[in-house]
This record gives sequence, structure tokens and C-alpha cells, in this order.
Amino acid sequence: MIQAHALGKRFGDKRVLRNVELAVPRGGFALVTGANGSGKTTLLRLCAGLARPSEGELRVDAERAAIGYLAHEPLVYRELTALENLELYGRLYRVPERRERIGMLLERFGLWDARRDRVVSYSRGMTQRLALCRVLLHEPALLVLDEPYSALDEAGATLLDELLREERTFVVATHDPGRVEHLATTRLALA
Amino acid sequence: MIAARAQFASVRRLPRISLPALAASSLVLVTLALALIFFVVPNDANQGFSQRIFYFHVSIAITAYACFAGGAWKALRHLWKHDPRADLESYVAVHQGVIFGVLVLVTGSIWAKISWGHWWLWSEDQLVLFLVLFLFYAAYFMLRFSVDPGPQQANFSAVYALFGVVLIPVSFAAIRLAKGLIHPVVFTRHGPNFGGWILATYCVAQVAMLVFAYTLYRVELTGKRIDARLRELRLA
Amino acid sequence: MNYLADVRTLARKDLLLELRARDTLPAMLLFVVAVFVVFHFTLPAHSSDLAASGLLWVAILFTALLGLGRAFVPEREQRTLDGLVLAPCDRSAIWLAKSLATLTFLVAAEVVALPVFALFFHGVDGSTVAGIALADLGICAVGTFLGAMAVATRARDLLLPLLFLPLAIPIVVGGVGASTASSPGRYLGLLALYDALFTLLCWASFEYVVAE
Repeated sequence: MIQAHALGKRFGDKRVLRNVELAVPRGGFALVTGANGSGKTTLLRLCAGLARPSEGELRVDAERAAIGYLAHEPLVYRELTALENLELYGRLYRVPERRERIGMLLERFGLWDARRDRVVSYSRGMTQRLALCRVLLHEPALLVLDEPYSALDEAGATLLDELLREERTFVVATHDPGRVEHLATTRLALA
Repeated sequence: MIAARAQFASVRRLPRISLPALAASSLVLVTLALALIFFVVPNDANQGFSQRIFYFHVSIAITAYACFAGGAWKALRHLWKHDPRADLESYVAVHQGVIFGVLVLVTGSIWAKISWGHWWLWSEDQLVLFLVLFLFYAAYFMLRFSVDPGPQQANFSAVYALFGVVLIPVSFAAIRLAKGLIHPVVFTRHGPNFGGWILATYCVAQVAMLVFAYTLYRVELTGKRIDARLRELRLA
Repeated sequence: MNYLADVRTLARKDLLLELRARDTLPAMLLFVVAVFVVFHFTLPAHSSDLAASGLLWVAILFTALLGLGRAFVPEREQRTLDGLVLAPCDRSAIWLAKSLATLTFLVAAEVVALPVFALFFHGVDGSTVAGIALADLGICAVGTFLGAMAVATRARDLLLPLLFLPLAIPIVVGGVGASTASSPGRYLGLLALYDALFTLLCWASFEYVVAE
């Protein structure tokens, strides 16, 4: 599903990625590790389609509508409620049976009671859970997750564990691989 | 499906004129133009010797337009074809355009002083247009250098360069409408206003300016490319 | 039709955000009235009506700038622009929706400003209103576009006026002409031409402002 060959990314003179090789089959699980500043986020942004490579080749067999990207930031509007945020993304992604799907996800991630509260009143953990709802809303075949465990408490982390075992293609970047090691079919360590 | 190949395969390039050849032709043409302007062309009936600055003013103005148009063309190539060389080429072209644009303002101002006694005339369309363009393209540099080098800087610059080229005719129409007077044009609809030598001198001056501008463009482009390559090697 | 639905969704989001924050529109209203008062004191005694008409356009331009500077702030501060860019919708819909929202605020401010202007200076005729309508379209289309770029730079609020004012000159010429000239038709035509050309350019190139 993802093929990267001699992939490189530069910002002006600063080289962030160099000569990256990656092959992730459909249904695979790619674990990307590396210290801070090693380019994990940049690689994930490339996979999600938010950036173009400077060198080499990248091929992702998924349309924008089939990709879910979890960034460092939750990508939700703080002044809107959880419901309003998910409604917005639900419409943009043309999610079928939008209301039901939103309700189901909010329940699943324990946010149903807080659904009418503005995100500005959420804790970091709750915001991260909302971000997960956002990412799953359109049933993406490819999930690109950048440090998904950050800010999650044990309950939230358990929900995430379940998610990672689902039948999808995953690209996960983390600097604490212990938790997901066993799921990985491909490993990439960035220097 | 997202497939991105960054290699820009086999560019069909025009045969490049060597820099020394360009520099030499510039020198020859500019000298010829100067000779014609100062020694050969007869005095203007109304304004006398001082009217000669007109040859510089108009040819520099057209050259500036050509630079901005070239910058916009390269900008289009950057956005549309992802030509990796186009961003720098666009930037250098715009830079040359601004340099020549400032010269338009200077020569125009001198001409205004000599002909009408004022250093600035709002009634001179070309002058006002170049003032607007100067403001616009000065902002180009502010924009470009307010963004870190990378794809975003290149994209922003390219898009802004395209805005510039659309602004030129619209501004010109606006300025004309703002007063309804007509700038004396060299070529009227009934054919050139003036006689043989004047037309010939103007054409030589125009070609000289264009070649000179292109030479400066190539010199600056080469310099910038070398800089970029050096930085790349140092960081590799 | 999907495109229009996306624009509607995004514009509703922008209007909702402003409704919650309630800062941009009140600021624009106060600003425009304050500017009129300043004009009164800067216009010399016995100034013509024409001078006041010209200043009306200055007021509109700078009030618009105030609103335009705020347009993409939520997207940039909370990085939600990435979220919108990831969605399968056409990126130009983001610009169009934002422009329409800003247009709404600008028109709302003018609905208050024009009667106040009439009160302080002189009445506003039909061709002025037509000029304002056409000018608003151009101001919001181009200003929103430039705002998206400005908010991504280091200079931010410093940059937007510098980028916007040269591009606003044809709008000002068209607008003042529509207000004051004996035959406003040509000036309205200039405004329409500006709107058509620049809206097209903005629509076609917004993709490159938000995505690589």
C-alpha cells in the first residue's frame, strides 16, 4: 500500500529525510522509531499526503478520503463542541449515516457526556480521544498516527490498543515502541 | 492514489547562450545605443536635448515589464510542472524587474523635472503605475523572506508573482480611469510618431536594455545557484 | 454540487466561530465609527463632499483589513488548516468559504457604517452602494487569499497590509470613481473586471497556498 524508495525531504538547505526505504503492504503495520528531530513527523506527513518528496519516489495507494492522519496537534477547533467538530469533518468527508457514526465513536471513546462541551474545556487526554474520533470518522483504510499514545491515560491507551489491532493498514511513529512492538510487520528506525 | 516522483526527468532545454558572449553583446549594444542617443539622433523639436532620457525611460520600462512577465512565467512552471529550477529563476527575474523598475522611476522623475519642472507628476501614468508595481514587488521580497526556505516559500512567491502580472494591466486601466489623460506613446495607431532615426535609436536602445537585463539575470542566477550548491554540499 | 456543500459547511463553521468569539465584528464596527470621527477632525473646514467620499473608501479599506487579518487565525493557531487540507474537498473551497464569511462581516459593518457616514457627512447614492458591493467582493476575495499567506509567515499581521494595499489600488480607484464621477459606469466596470480576474486567480491558485 505504501512504497517509498530513496525518499528524501528538504526544507531549503536543511535535509530532514535522506534515502528512506519503506514498504508497507495492505493490512501491514509499520512502526517508525527515532529520536526527536529524526524526521518521523515529516515522514508521516509525506505518507498522509500533506507534503511532497524532495527526492526519490513515494507511492501511497489510497485516496485522501481513505487516509486518517493523527498529528501532534488534535486538529480540532477549540471554540466548537466535540459534536460540531465531528459534524464538520463528517460533512467534509461525506461520511454516510453521519449522526449515528459520530454518536458511536463518541461513546466508544468515552466522550458522549461531554459532546456538547467546547473543546477548550477538555483535558489533553480528552482532546486526544476526540482527535482519534476525528481520524476514524470516515473509516479510513490507512491510518497514519504520530505519537498516538501521548496524553492518553491508561483507559484511553487501552482503547487505542484495541484500535491498533483492527483490520487496517497502520503507520505509527512513536519514541516508545514497547507497547506496539508485537504488532509491527515492518520496522523503520530513523537516525 | 498518491504517487509523487521528485526526479524531474529529462528537461528539454534551449541551447544556452554562454555568459561571456552575453556580456560582450550587452557591452556592444549598450555602447551603440548610447552613441545613437547622444550623437546621432536629432534634437526633439519641443524639448531639446533633455528629451533623450525618453529613450532610456521607455526601454527600461518595457524591460521591467518583460522581467515581471518572465518571473510570472517561471512561477507558473514551478506551480504547474514542478520544475525544480523555476523558483530561483522566478525570484531572480522579479529581482531584476524591481531594479529596472526603480530605474524607470528615477529616469521618469528626471524627465518630469526637465520637461515640466516637478520631480513627481501624478498625471504621468507610467510613473504612477511603476510606483504601484514597486510597492507590490517590494512586498514580494518581504513575503519571500518572511517564510523559511522550502516548498512553502517557493509556492507563496510563485503565486504572488502571478498576482503581479494580473495587476499590471488592471492597475494601468485604473490609473488611466483615474484621470483620463493619455501618456505620449512612441508608436501611435497611425504608425510611429517620429521619423527614421528616432525609431531606429529607440529599437536599438530597447534591444540593448533587454540583452543587458538578461545578462544581469544570468549573472545573478549563476551566483545564487552556486551559493545554493555550496550550502547543500556543506550540509550533506 | 459537492463543492457548494463543502463551501457551505466551511462557511458555517467560520460564522459559528465568530459567533462564539464575538471579537472581529464588534471591533470592525467600533473601528469604522472611530475612523469617521477622526476624519471629521482631519478634514479641513469647508472641505468638499468629494473629500469625504474619498475618505469613506479609506475607512472601508482599513476596516476590511482589520477583519481580514483575523480570518485565518483559528486555522493557524490551532493548526486545523492541516485537517481541512487532508479532507477530500477541493482546497479552493476553503478560500471561498472564508471569503464569504469575511464578506458577511464586512457587509454587516457597512450596514452600520453607511448610515453613520450619512449622518456625519452626506448621503450615499445608488452608484456608491453598487461600488461598495462590487468592491467588497474584490476586497474579500483577494484579502482572504493574502491573509492565508500572511498568517503562515513570521511577520504575520505586519505583512497583510503590505501585501494588500497595492492590490487594493484599482478597487479604490473604481470605488471613488463610482462615488464621485458623473458617469460611474466605467468605474463600476473596472471593479467588475478586477473582481472577475482576481477571483479566478485566487480560486485557481489557493491550492498552492495551503498544500505543497
